[in-house]
Amino acid sequence: MTVPISLRHDETFVLNLGPQHPATHGVLRVILTLDGEYVVKAEPVLGYVHRMHEKLAEGGTFAQFMPNTARMDYLHALAFNHGWALVVEKAAGIEVPERAEYIRVITVELNRIASHLLWWAAFLLDLGGFTPLLYAFDDREKIIDLLERVTGSRLTYCYMRFGGVYNDIDDEFITGTRAFIKRLRSRMPRFYHDLVTHNIILIKRIKDIGIITPEQCRRYGATGPVARGSGISYDIRKNEPYSVYPEFDFDVPVFDECDSMARYMVRMHEMEQSLRIIEQALDKLPDGPVMGKAPKVLKPEAGYYYSAVETARGSLGYRLICDGGKNPYKLKLRSPTFSNLSLFGEVAEGMLLADALAFMGSLDLVIPEIDR
Amino acid sequence: MDIREKTQIALALLFPAAPVTEGPVVAEGADQGTPPPREPGVVIQDFPRCGSHLDILCRPDQVVAVAQIMDTEGFFLESIAGVDWLEKQQLEVLYDYNRLGGEHCRVMVRTLVPRTEPVVPTISGVFPAANWHERETFDFYGVHFQNHPNLIRILLPEDADFHPLLKDFMP
Amino acid sequence: METSIWRALFYLVGIMAFAGLNAAYLGWCERKGAARIQRRIGPCEAGFAGLLQPLADGLKLMSKQLLVPQGVDGIIFRVAPVLAMIPAITSMVVIPFSGNIEARAMELSVLLLFALASLGMMAILLGGWASGNKYAIISSARAVSQNLAYEIPMLVTVITIVMISGSMNLREIALNQMGGFWHWNIFRLENGHFLTMWISFIIFFICSVAETNRAPFDMAEAESELVAGFMTEYGSMGFGLFMMGEYLNIVVGACLTTTLFLGGWDCPFGKTPGVWWFLIKIYMLIFTFIWIRWTYPRTQIYRLLNLSWKILIPFSLANLLITAALIKVF
Repeated sequence: MTVPISLRHDETFVLNLGPQHPATHGVLRVILTLDGEYVVKAEPVLGYVHRMHEKLAEGGTFAQFMPNTARMDYLHALAFNHGWALVVEKAAGIEVPERAEYIRVITVELNRIASHLLWWAAFLLDLGGFTPLLYAFDDREKIIDLLERVTGSRLTYCYMRFGGVYNDIDDEFITGTRAFIKRLRSRMPRFYHDLVTHNIILIKRIKDIGIITPEQCRRYGATGPVARGSGISYDIRKNEPYSVYPEFDFDVPVFDECDSMARYMVRMHEMEQSLRIIEQALDKLPDGPVMGKAPKVLKPEAGYYYSAVETARGSLGYRLICDGGKNPYKLKLRSPTFSNLSLFGEVAEGMLLADALAFMGSLDLVIPEIDR
Repeated sequence: MDIREKTQIALALLFPAAPVTEGPVVAEGADQGTPPPREPGVVIQDFPRCGSHLDILCRPDQVVAVAQIMDTEGFFLESIAGVDWLEKQQLEVLYDYNRLGGEHCRVMVRTLVPRTEPVVPTISGVFPAANWHERETFDFYGVHFQNHPNLIRILLPEDADFHPLLKDFMP
Repeated sequence: METSIWRALFYLVGIMAFAGLNAAYLGWCERKGAARIQRRIGPCEAGFAGLLQPLADGLKLMSKQLLVPQGVDGIIFRVAPVLAMIPAITSMVVIPFSGNIEARAMELSVLLLFALASLGMMAILLGGWASGNKYAIISSARAVSQNLAYEIPMLVTVITIVMISGSMNLREIALNQMGGFWHWNIFRLENGHFLTMWISFIIFFICSVAETNRAPFDMAEAESELVAGFMTEYGSMGFGLFMMGEYLNIVVGACLTTTLFLGGWDCPFGKTPGVWWFLIKIYMLIFTFIWIRWTYPRTQIYRLLNLSWKILIPFSLANLLITAALIKVF
């Protein structure tokens, strides 16, 4: 529900949705100018978690940056690893064996499901439903246990290397993943859809809230579920395929309603599609080595390189400029949530405070990724 | 005619003197730390090798015109990056354009400005996305974007007086 | 005996004990209930099954520093939590726990209870305003508009009960329902009231959930938007008193619902009425409050108010008219 606002200066007051707030998913500050409960102006202030990863990249070698990639979007860390591995392999011309590519896809998709589960839990927490958090974390714990066996970490993975992955997956991982797929598929209709998605209060709370038109998406550079919830069918895994994604048969859910409900449904369907990809990958998993030939000291050819991957939040881009040395000359991280959040100021105008928070939740923000 | 050719032809109109060439964006024998010496113009790139289809080098005052052509052709601004070429005493501002859906085409637009006086016109009038990206480039490199509605720091503290991604920055 | 000092003392101590135990252990019930709904265990460390947890929480709250921020309205800031507790405890004076157990039977006890409920609402408003915090003020404004909106259908449905029972005395209303399940006001079989009474019950129940600021109507303390709402600036026992006041309001709401609709201390089979039936009924209602809280997300403020003004009030007024017509006809 939005209302056109035109008010004298002294009828509004400024509320700081401060860096410390239960609903801002990290340290984000939004300076809201409110008239009663209506938002007149919303201005996000960033930089509270800024760690200057781009300078850190210039200071060390290519391999030394791999752990940093996981610290940015810690919820879908494997995709960030993947993107960095892809761009450096592109620059240095390193070949990746097929088994490693399949393992990369399986782990990235498992991580995508974990990220969406956490988004779902946090979104409902914002709306006041405390219980779904526990249900989602139950499933997420299974994924994290599976990935811990193979990668050694629970959250900030540093699993990929230039040329493949550093640890092979074993049979217990494969059976565990298959059991997990079955479990999630059986739980989705009951716990996730019957209890929550079809809940009348939730539907009334997010339907027609936060309308982002496709033109706004384009002008602000929003990608990922935000764009797919506005009818734009853009998924890097289909439009600009990398790794072994062309081998799999999966759909890209696109909804036309442009509201928070559409973005919600996009992510719920994406979880199901990720399960499909993992199933197919497990069926087709070839044998072979998991690490290709990569020189010990990596000195890629000088030039400008770009590589993009699809993370749970949108299209992540690594713009790498090499000068022939062993450190990157310049690395620019194109963070999907940075662009997604930039349209918050324009879209939140005229909304109620509660609706603005529901809209922010539907954008799926991870602040360390914005701040890098 | 696919979108890459269409865009390439539209952009080449801005550079009547330079022919469209092909090849990677590094000249043979380039030293470490210097950008390849090149005239403003359009270069077609090998996408699987470099990750972009077209590379445009333009003068700073042509940036807005290029952005308008990209907007007409239906691209979106993906990111703006800065690069510090210390030895050549130049700062480079790099714009990445991409398409949302439909045919795929990535275009990289670069412009060079002197390090002592880095001034580039803003494209936030064409793409509102540029608002935050230009603030970030100003924050890290000190590039001043003319006519930007709100050119203040975005990630560093507001009262910082240094630009950290410059190569000669000493903390 | 009626006016003996010992009776007054006995009831004073008894009510304070009941109120205190409820306020403390309802918190335990809520945490255990929430935990089981969320597939975890809940408090289990402090004492057997966590039964000493409220004691531990009380000790913690009492040992914290009573912070009074600068810029608050001194007196009102300190008075507001106390004001939140007073109506809840005082309401227990008129509630008939059983045929013999009632502190003071008053002729206008229904009116007294609703007047005291409004006082409780005022405490929220004062607490939020005195905090001098924008979050608190927003939350108080929301709480006032919500409580106001939901008192109206509540009162209208109570009028139907009063019309049927012919008295505002809670004891009389309860006595009117003696005799088993089918005499209870919710299922009143005689005179065709069963058509309308269950609607009254549902409306009354929804209004009690809204009046006590429980989810899905907990806009006033919407944790994820307004941090803690009107309680943001309160620490230590100030916060403790607000929470206790909230739980006591729930108890009073459940007691009122039981007395008005579910037959008070009557046994469903009409055999052995007594205070145990009363207690069982109120605790089942409280369990339903807890169950609803942990299942649903929060509504929006305008939908909340829409529910009251556009749906509950017309329905309750129609209900009133039909009940009056039925009484007149039969």
